[in-house]
Amino acid sequence: MSRQYETVIGLEVHVELATKTKIFCGCSTEFGGAPNTHTCPVCTGMPGALPVLNKQVVEYAMAVGLATNCSITQYCKFDRKNYFYPDNPQNYQISQLYLPICRNGGIEIETAAGRKTIGIHEIHMEEDAGKLIHDEWDDCSLVDFNRSGVPLIEIVSEPDMRSAEEVIAYLEKLRLIIQYLGASDCKLQEGSMRADVNLSVRQVGSETFGTRTEMKNLNSFKAIARAIEGERARQIELLEEGKEVIQETRRWDDNKEYSYPMRSKEDAQDYRYFPEPDLVPISISDEWIARVREAQPELHDEKRRRYCEEYKLPDYDAQILTSYKKLADLFEETVAICNRPKKVSNWLMVETMRLLKEHNMDPDELSFQPSNLAKLIMLVENQTINGTVAKEVFEQIFKEDVDPERYVEEKGLKVNSNADELYEIVRRVIEENPQSVEDYHNGKQKAIGFLVGQTMKATQGKANPGMVNQILKELL
Amino acid sequence: MANKISDEVIDYVSILAKLELSEEEKEQAKSDMGSMLDYIDKLNELDTDGVEPMSHVFPVTNVFRDDVVTNGDNSAETLANAPAEKEGSFQVPKTVD
Ligand SMILES: [Zn+2]
Repeated sequence: MSRQYETVIGLEVHVELATKTKIFCGCSTEFGGAPNTHTCPVCTGMPGALPVLNKQVVEYAMAVGLATNCSITQYCKFDRKNYFYPDNPQNYQISQLYLPICRNGGIEIETAAGRKTIGIHEIHMEEDAGKLIHDEWDDCSLVDFNRSGVPLIEIVSEPDMRSAEEVIAYLEKLRLIIQYLGASDCKLQEGSMRADVNLSVRQVGSETFGTRTEMKNLNSFKAIARAIEGERARQIELLEEGKEVIQETRRWDDNKEYSYPMRSKEDAQDYRYFPEPDLVPISISDEWIARVREAQPELHDEKRRRYCEEYKLPDYDAQILTSYKKLADLFEETVAICNRPKKVSNWLMVETMRLLKEHNMDPDELSFQPSNLAKLIMLVENQTINGTVAKEVFEQIFKEDVDPERYVEEKGLKVNSNADELYEIVRRVIEENPQSVEDYHNGKQKAIGFLVGQTMKATQGKANPGMVNQILKELL
Repeated sequence: MANKISDEVIDYVSILAKLELSEEEKEQAKSDMGSMLDYIDKLNELDTDGVEPMSHVFPVTNVFRDDVVTNGDNSAETLANAPAEKEGSFQVPKTVD
């Protein structure tokens, strides 16, 4: 293959907003209710039911738009997108086509290749559809309208990305911005953040875009990366064989690592949009925009800079700590109690991350109180417990949110600094390990490490390591 | 009638609207749609330069509700309209995408 190809990618990202109620009715958006328990005539499309817009949806959409450098469309409105599908009870989706609430923004991403701005074409508000579950037993489908009418924003990027790495950096950045704003929890696996990938390839140097396909059903960063690689390869193969890429919607099958054309909706991609007659337009004043702008919390980039300056953390620490809002909140709350930023950072970056990985958990699921981590740090600092015991206690804090002071007391984990007792134990260790003693006398410095280890073992890790070292050197 | 609607257009619109029309209904629909387009042509004769497009018939904006849950469990009422029901859900013919 002699020709060089470039991948051109644009994303459509759907984000479920964190409102308490649906976009056009007072039904709860809470996750996990029994089927159809959060429904009413509005969100099930009963004739004559009238939608009324949830103000919080507009505020969240504006907040995301301002944080992604968009301009706000001060006179905006909704439109109807018409299509038939069993998850859509009205036979139309209320969305925005002509006057989306946010336009012409962009965010900066950082990859190994450096910094780059990805343009945001628009952000619009719309409603989610219901959920279809396939019933194997009766060979039918079951429809649950609890998600029908849950507010979404769709963030449409410009075709500015060129690799899976850039796509993931862009999604991570969007996720951070939106989570910090509190506008959504942005969980890909649970579907509160969904990305459709528009991809085309063209020969390097070409000015025009190739024919693009749209890929759906991508529910993890890894699936997105694999889908991009797979679709790029598929399109290049077609072109190399002298065939054409067909513009279509494809569904990514992450198990088979291949995308398939979707059969259902595409024979009627003519949505016949028209202005939504049941909703009046929205007029957004300068004052309203200013209010939303003022209420904007500290965002990721700002926080990262502040951690370096205020807490004197290395940028590496600051980057990891701010990569999840939950982690950043925990960090700040713990530091506020014990004022040991670097220590707190180490516990969160090393042990916390290790345990999260081990339990296959997300930082959002961390449930211990900052006060317990702060107490643990102080227990180590005033040498009530040593480092080994501290890790053990931290596991309990991580799992059960135990109070470390009480736990150390109850389990008798305090450092043993009783000199007489330690002398006794060290003497016994020396007696039991004549070979190591000989090695030590023959100049093998490492042997002392083994003897320290044996002493720690004999004290269940509770001995004061400084004292053990001192006593060993004295007795040898 | 200046606008003539072809058979292809009527067939396409029927697919989009999920309607099966008889030959008679098709002829009727063709003539109805033709006269609607004639009326649009008539409107297009007007000079609308400098006129803001109308987005709504009422001069009203910003009708909102607060983000407060007002509805409880309505599933019985919702499902009362279901032609078929299973496990608290609407049962429909198998749909896959
Ligand atoms: Zn409802």
